[in-house]
Amino acid sequence: MNQRYAWPIAVAALIALPFVYRDPYHLHILILILIWSFAYTSWSLMGRFGLVSLGHGGFMGVGAYVTALLWNHLGLSPWIGIPIALVSAGALALVVAYPCFRFRITGHYFALVTLALSGIVLQVITATRDYTGGSLGYTPERTKGNNIVALQFDDKIVWYLIALAVWLAGLLIWHVVDRSMSRYAMEAISEDEDAAAAAGVNVTFEKLRITVISALMTALAGALYCQYQMFISPDTVSGIAVSLQMVFAVVVGGIYVALGPTVGAIITLLLAEFLRIFFGTKAVGWDNLVYGVLLVLFIIFLPKGILGSILERVKVGPAKAPVVKKPA
Amino acid sequence: MESFLEIFDIYLLEAVVNGILLGGLLALLALGLNLIFGVIDVTWICYAELVMIGMYGMYFLVQYYGVSYFLAAPVAIVLVAILGAALHYLVIAPLLSGPPINQLLATGGVLFVLQSFATVAFGIDFRNLGIRLPVLAFADMHFSYSRLLAFGAALIGMVVVYLFMTRTYTGTAIRAIAQDRQIMALMGVDTKKIYLITSAVGGALAGLAACLLVLQYDVHPFVGLSFGPITFLICVLGGLGNFVGGFVAAFVFAEIISLGGLFSDLEWGYVLAFGFFIIMMFIRPGGLLARRS
Amino acid sequence: MLELKSLDAGYGSFQALFGINLDVKAGEAVGVIGPNGAGKTTLMRVISGLIRPTRGTIAMEAADVVATPAHLIVGLGIAHVPENRRLFPRLTVEDNLKMGAFMPKARAKFAERLEFVFDLFPRMKERRNQMAGTMSGGEQQMCAIGRALMSDPKLLLLDEPSAGLAPVVVQQVFELVKRIRSGGLTVLIVEQNVQQVLKVVDRAYLLEAGTIRASGTAAEMLASDTVKQAYLGV
Repeated sequence: MNQRYAWPIAVAALIALPFVYRDPYHLHILILILIWSFAYTSWSLMGRFGLVSLGHGGFMGVGAYVTALLWNHLGLSPWIGIPIALVSAGALALVVAYPCFRFRITGHYFALVTLALSGIVLQVITATRDYTGGSLGYTPERTKGNNIVALQFDDKIVWYLIALAVWLAGLLIWHVVDRSMSRYAMEAISEDEDAAAAAGVNVTFEKLRITVISALMTALAGALYCQYQMFISPDTVSGIAVSLQMVFAVVVGGIYVALGPTVGAIITLLLAEFLRIFFGTKAVGWDNLVYGVLLVLFIIFLPKGILGSILERVKVGPAKAPVVKKPA
Repeated sequence: MESFLEIFDIYLLEAVVNGILLGGLLALLALGLNLIFGVIDVTWICYAELVMIGMYGMYFLVQYYGVSYFLAAPVAIVLVAILGAALHYLVIAPLLSGPPINQLLATGGVLFVLQSFATVAFGIDFRNLGIRLPVLAFADMHFSYSRLLAFGAALIGMVVVYLFMTRTYTGTAIRAIAQDRQIMALMGVDTKKIYLITSAVGGALAGLAACLLVLQYDVHPFVGLSFGPITFLICVLGGLGNFVGGFVAAFVFAEIISLGGLFSDLEWGYVLAFGFFIIMMFIRPGGLLARRS
Repeated sequence: MLELKSLDAGYGSFQALFGINLDVKAGEAVGVIGPNGAGKTTLMRVISGLIRPTRGTIAMEAADVVATPAHLIVGLGIAHVPENRRLFPRLTVEDNLKMGAFMPKARAKFAERLEFVFDLFPRMKERRNQMAGTMSGGEQQMCAIGRALMSDPKLLLLDEPSAGLAPVVVQQVFELVKRIRSGGLTVLIVEQNVQQVLKVVDRAYLLEAGTIRASGTAAEMLASDTVKQAYLGV
């Protein structure tokens, strides 16, 4: 049916967009939306199975800072630095998540442990201020023009295409997980761990796998954000606030839908941007205040998320729709 | 060489004592969070931010309106208690029947709101009470009176809560409700009211902590982030809702932070505490005081 | 004293009770018998307000029970000993009894009521500082009844007091019910142990599939063919 062509056409349109429409500010917002969408998608990968991690700010921080530190201090190209950053984030995820899953630390406990993880990563970044610049932020050393080795590009179109590719890859991973046996295992686990274990599901392994994948993706998002913005600070890529920001966006967009995190990113980033411009630089904090109030109201009055609620009303939730053809 | 060792020991001892003093405060914070979790089954992610608001309350009462510290403290405690009750009434109560993740997130949203509210209302400057309490010198060691006062007041606060929980009908109901929610109505207990009271008590504890922390630390909108995560770790390690476990874990963590801080920055103390926490999860996954089955 | 008229109740879309008419007069002991899943426990829960009826009325003396908030129903003089006792396991016996006297009216008489309960169950006095969850089933049942009596009720609702207890203990429990009602308390008791319960009650209702199939005095019920065949194994 039409669905078969919808994806390729949409992707083609998205690729063509920057060649037709070149407003740098709008392109900048789009790039940010794509990068954050990718991060949010990676969170929802585990969040949809009831694994509420508030530690993703930590993974993102590791991704961003490790990449930048390796480049500045050792001159390691991000092409090597990013894989190292990902491995570090993955290792961190393993070290924290393994005891959690092995010993059935779930629900509130898991949320709090991971919350502390974000807090700790932020503390480490602040504590190593001699290297990381602490709370003042950090800038990767700039090269001139477009430099593939340094993964630095002046051209926003290049960044747009990179972000688009990564975002699509994120959606693809989401779909692969959605159609894998893992999904059934994870759903069984989120329903009843003991029953799942009794049915032969390796509970710890399944949870660990999805967590590590999610952490790796989040770290990649952090590294990309760093390379694109060329400035990172503990507050923008790590810490509790960033973790909460991810969860909010996913909940706002819809947690059980592939495009939910993306919708969430669009809404929350545009809202934040709108509020930032609306209140200007004089009214520091007002944008966040309104943002926070809106989020709380949102959770109270629309707990299923915007896309989730709409799809529920139309009753064609992609997650529940029969598997037809593999999308592009 | 010998004199070096002596000095070192003195510093070590001083750090140990300071750790105990810090432990009292952390235990107070953990108690409030545990109380809320044990009774209502929700976690206030924004707990440390309630403390932050209380600290601002103290700052303005003392510095701006010139109220004496000991008069300002009860006002601040009541203020945060009301805030806690309001948080429950406005945010938690409507979500009680919803999925737990939403309750968690809503309090996370409140964290944002409180932080940005403080930024808007008070700015991002670091402020302090300007009260400089003398330092107690004892056998070459130095302890600030503010820490001693905080420790004493925290202990008194915990004893008051203990008496309230064991001696009064409402306190008994608060303990009972965690064990069997459904039949509380048969006892003539209005669960909603107990939740509200519990939230107010939890808020009051945050308020008390605020009065004590403001003696030692500057207040700024993000001050909650420096002791919030550690409080969560304490509660998880002690077993959420387990008052005794939280109490013990608070002192263990305080010692780690204090001794870790002796060798480098305070931040590394936190990192050390987190490392310890991860190791403990392998050894005693059910919490510090869990009985092994 | 208690009067239920054309009462419907259930859980969500599942209806458990259909047009129940039932009354209990002051000083009476009334039994409700019937098989598992007949709606006996639901009946008790509706009376004490744990679930609210979808239709019909409940009157306790002059008061409208349906219009009373659940936590105030105990103040009307209705005390409910729930199925499976439902003590607070990690509270001491005394704290459990204290919870029974939570209503302001009962608090004033706490010492007096405590003495009354300790007289009735000397064992509870011995164990007053023990965690309720660590006691035997029979002791827990005593504690649960004691907790209900702390509110100085006019009507005691007993839901399966003999469930899960050893035969000797079952005997004791029914002895106790006799003693309690001889003290002038009105009792409504739900039981599967038909033989035993018909010995202590004045009248009984037979509840099957959410409707009342039969009612009468204990003697009539004992003699009734339906009851005999289905529940007494005669």
